[in-house]
Amino acid sequence: MSEHRIELTVNGHRHAALVEARTSLGEFLREELGYTGTHLACEHGVCGACTVMVDGVAMRSCLMLAVQANGGAVTTVEGLAEPDGTLHPVQQALKDNFGLQCGFCTPGVAITMAAVTRENEGAGAGQIEKALTAAMSGHICRCTGYQGIRRAIRQLAGATT
Amino acid sequence: MKPAPFDYVRPGSVEEACRILSEAGGGATVIAGGQTLMPLLNLRMSQPFVLVDINGIAQLKGVTRVEGGTRVGPATRQADALGDKTLARHLPAFITALGHVGHYQTRNRGTIGGSVALGEPAAEMPATAVALGAHIEIASIRGSRMVPADAFYIGPYMTVLEPDELVTGIVYPDWPDGHLVLFREVAQRPGDFALVGLVGALEVEGGVIRRAGIAWFGMGPTPIRARQAEAALTGASLTGIDAPGVARAAVADTAPFDDHHASAEYRRTVGARIFARCLRETLDIRSAA
Ligand code: FES
Ligand code: FES
Repeated sequence: MSEHRIELTVNGHRHAALVEARTSLGEFLREELGYTGTHLACEHGVCGACTVMVDGVAMRSCLMLAVQANGGAVTTVEGLAEPDGTLHPVQQALKDNFGLQCGFCTPGVAITMAAVTRENEGAGAGQIEKALTAAMSGHICRCTGYQGIRRAIRQLAGATT
Repeated sequence: MKPAPFDYVRPGSVEEACRILSEAGGGATVIAGGQTLMPLLNLRMSQPFVLVDINGIAQLKGVTRVEGGTRVGPATRQADALGDKTLARHLPAFITALGHVGHYQTRNRGTIGGSVALGEPAAEMPATAVALGAHIEIASIRGSRMVPADAFYIGPYMTVLEPDELVTGIVYPDWPDGHLVLFREVAQRPGDFALVGLVGALEVEGGVIRRAGIAWFGMGPTPIRARQAEAALTGASLTGIDAPGVARAAVADTAPFDDHHASAEYRRTVGARIFARCLRETLDIRSAA
């Protein structure tokens, strides 16, 4: 059982820690650093609640070890809004369209939406909506029935063109 | 904390990785993207002593043209491969199949080699390697070898890879420009493993099929080459193809099983349907063009 010294940034803040090899990135973020916005549920890649960005790319924090994020820049849901509290456009769209109820799945959904909208910046509304909708296959929401999320996607697609 | 304890090493070269694998005497497991392995670790279905992370080995990443084919580094991310121009140009069947692997979020981390080397029988990429006639390039401190994909898989999650060996590349032979792509799968949700699926390529020249490479996934303990269908199609003229007959021949090579998602009978029935439909639609598109 090895322990490793890692350094990474989370939402722009530098952190250094000693981690056991088997600690997942999601668990490290929550239990060691206190970024409890990232939710862990299935811990085998199915539900999407744990999705974070590592170096700008959306991925499952339950399917990655903390030690593998050494040197990386992590963005969690806490890092989406502006420092003054202004919501990120994806958060605003989810709020405006009742795209969340209990909010358990929402941190992951918001991170995916933020990553996909950035990757498709400047694309047409149709392309953005298609990309966002396709990426939602990676999230399970037990509350909304997805319709609010779909409306949020349409709002985002329209707004970013 | 879910997995059992293990050590973690991140070698910087293939040589170093092979040395670690050899010294571990079977107690090591290679991790690339981890999108299949991490669930197995979290469920403690896999309990290695050492995890060997190959993400730091630059020579295992990327797509290159080689003599007569295209070589894909095993640590190449699925998302990167999906956007790769060389693969799009030379291996359209590979790209089509890859679009069905997992989800956006898992393709961002998952690798081609992980999917190919793990050998999940219902996964798209092992069957694609078999259908297209790929070779798996393998290294260990004992030397290197190439294994044809259809000899690589021996059971569910079982391959001929020895515990001290590392997959260092997957080499797909060229199919001629304008060859046809066969692909169909039935899955419960996008991103799920298939209940039934098929992937393949057809080389057509002068209205005659010159070469066929087709494999099933989700239809047995390994990806399964549809040998009888390949034989029936090779040399056949496009106007005289009995699609349901070829589909029956294709299903004859399979060995599907019952599970809580679908029965073997369901898989055979649906398999024959999608095979015949795929063949008809693919060949019609060609004759209309
Ligand atoms: S907790 Fe990571 S996908 Fe469910
Ligand atoms: S809002 Fe409750 S799970 Fe999605």
